[in-house]
Amino acid sequence: MPNADKELDCRGMNCPLPILKTKKAMEELTQGQVLKMIATDPGSVNDMAAWTRRTGNELMESEQNGGEYVFFLKKA
Amino acid sequence: MAEQKKMALIASKGELDWAYPPFILASTAAAMDIEVQVFFTFYGLPLLKKNLTASISPGSNPAMPMKMPFGPKWFQNFNWPIPNLLMNNVPGFESFATSLMKQTFKNKGVASIEELREMCVESGVKMVGCQMTMDVFGFKHDEFIDGVELGGAATFLEYAAEADIQMFL
Repeated sequence: MPNADKELDCRGMNCPLPILKTKKAMEELTQGQVLKMIATDPGSVNDMAAWTRRTGNELMESEQNGGEYVFFLKKA
Repeated sequence: MAEQKKMALIASKGELDWAYPPFILASTAAAMDIEVQVFFTFYGLPLLKKNLTASISPGSNPAMPMKMPFGPKWFQNFNWPIPNLLMNNVPGFESFATSLMKQTFKNKGVASIEELREMCVESGVKMVGCQMTMDVFGFKHDEFIDGVELGGAATFLEYAAEADIQMFL
């Protein structure tokens, strides 16, 4: 698993909050830094992929732990 | 980074449930670096008021499931078959149903309209109020949140003509 510079807890949040909170958190990072985001919304799997494709940030890794989805995002 | 995209929305409905699509799409588009302008017209215009009073209208929407936001899961998932006749005739039914709906949204981790609107403002979504609707319903500019500009059909169409996404909601 990549090292994260910042962690964001989006557990319990529903669409579109995980995306909006992720966008805000990424703004506070500098280029190359990594955000670890944890969500419970199953829709966030496709949404995070779409968000990174659109914004140019990199979805380095994602995994599912039980009902939780963990994303590692590198700021472009 | 992909090329700059633009989205033009018309928000024409004022019920609480119908207030969600424009604010969800606008805030998410802004988070995806898409430039957004939303034109609020007819019953959508009150969504720009400082004091949001949007409620649901279950009587005019027979497809709306009636859910209870408390109790065990089987109880919450139960769809209450409340006849339209009752909904339309019991005083206060709409505000009762609205508070149930708001609580259900909250329980499911959905942002409130106020929160989503605030995020739209923060992320630079341009909101335009319909001047004609304002005159018809007698709203004043200072009843709206800060940053609202006024315009008409041409204002929307000029932006929409250059936009990649246009939707009427």
